[in-house]
Amino acid sequence: MSRVVRVNPVACDASGLCAELLPERISLDDWGYPIVDATPLTPELQQHAQRAVDACPTMALLLAKKQAAAARAT
Amino acid sequence: MSALPVEDRGLPRLFAGLPRDGSPLGLDAHHAVHGPQPSAAHLIELVRESGLRGRGGGGFPAGQKLAVVASARRRPVVVANGAEGEPVSFKDKALLRRAPHLVLDGIALAAAAVGAREAFLAVDRKAQDALDAVSYALDERRARRVDRGLRLQLVVVPSGFVSGEETALVNLLNGGPGKPTFTPPRPFERGVRGAPTLVQNVETLAHLALIGRLGPEWFRALGTESEPGSALFTVSGAVARPGVYEAALGTPMRALLAQAGGVRGEPGAVLVGGYFGSWVEPFTALGLSLLDSELAAAGAALGAGAVVVLPQVACGLDQAARVARYLADESAGQCGPCVNGLAALAGALESLAGGAGDTRPQALRWLQQVRGRGACRHPDGAIRFVESSIEVFADEVELHLKGRCSGRRGEFMPTPRKRP
Repeated sequence: MSRVVRVNPVACDASGLCAELLPERISLDDWGYPIVDATPLTPELQQHAQRAVDACPTMALLLAKKQAAAARAT
Repeated sequence: MSALPVEDRGLPRLFAGLPRDGSPLGLDAHHAVHGPQPSAAHLIELVRESGLRGRGGGGFPAGQKLAVVASARRRPVVVANGAEGEPVSFKDKALLRRAPHLVLDGIALAAAAVGAREAFLAVDRKAQDALDAVSYALDERRARRVDRGLRLQLVVVPSGFVSGEETALVNLLNGGPGKPTFTPPRPFERGVRGAPTLVQNVETLAHLALIGRLGPEWFRALGTESEPGSALFTVSGAVARPGVYEAALGTPMRALLAQAGGVRGEPGAVLVGGYFGSWVEPFTALGLSLLDSELAAAGAALGAGAVVVLPQVACGLDQAARVARYLADESAGQCGPCVNGLAALAGALESLAGGAGDTRPQALRWLQQVRGRGACRHPDGAIRFVESSIEVFADEVELHLKGRCSGRRGEFMPTPRKRP
């Protein structure tokens, strides 16, 4: 199953650790908040992604299943 | 099943039979005009066939939402969203003030259809007339035991642009601060007290109450195949009679503005879809119809149906900067990209309006960076507004860069102060 990185923007405090640990998927905006590339993680990146998730001081980074299409009802 | 014949295709629908003195339609008069409350037996199917979409701005198919909530394993809760926080939209307030029983019928029907025993009607704290009309209507219904088996509670919501966002409402009902929350879970999965929650705009529920009586064919007699029915529109700005008007989807913009007494003076631009919407050049705007399929070509969408005519005497760039600052200030303050990005974008527009240099390159960079990165759609809506302002007022930007301006400043677009 392919997973993607997601950020909870409410919890995120712009520590920037995730961008250091997973530069393949995460860059920072002009204010230091992560911009996530939602391309599914390759097997080689899984471990790095997990490390980034564990390192986030506000637990704002998560690994999610590829966005379910149904979850967008508003 | 019906008090009105199916062949009655005319308007008004939601505003039918309203007293001329501006007072609300009481319960007896409501029943005389619309007929008794119908059964909820096949409601979900009827609403599906009607093609009714959410009238709160999201446009999600109402029948599909009902079906999803009805199929949940837990007993659901219904939330009627009348917390209209948009300064240029007052159609929900008008509907609650004039035809409260239609909305309450819709709530009761939707609740019965999905199997809910508890419902909440959320209304903006500042909408005193709407609150009074709803309270009175609820008293009338209690006295007559109209909504038996349903606990229906009126909830007063703090004013604010994002207060009406559905996760913010659920958050408030759960005892939280009334700010949007990170999803999933979305309210239809887990909402009020963890129950699957149907959040539906009050106008959507009013249409639903009529579809339950008159059926999907009647509903589809107005509008088009893909965008059926009628909707409430708030028309403001440079028109002779600003107000809330009911029109079929597909009505020419020109006809809607004519209902509002016509444009006063020369129009400078038309804002379609409210503060999350887009500016359209007046000549283009007057040639369009009230359909998303047609507005899309002009980069616009109906949203919650707010249309503002900016007079030519007003400097569009100055107005855009003021609205952008308002939207930045109305951020719930939770997500970094929204807090920082919208403030930066408002600053960029202010610099352009003040002739302080060409900030467009930075603005375009921020538009790209911020898009899609909030917990709710507030930043995305604000970005659409800023982007369209830079595009549509491009000539004005060039003038300002040369230290000139074609119009004047002033408070043409309402930007209410942040809640006290």
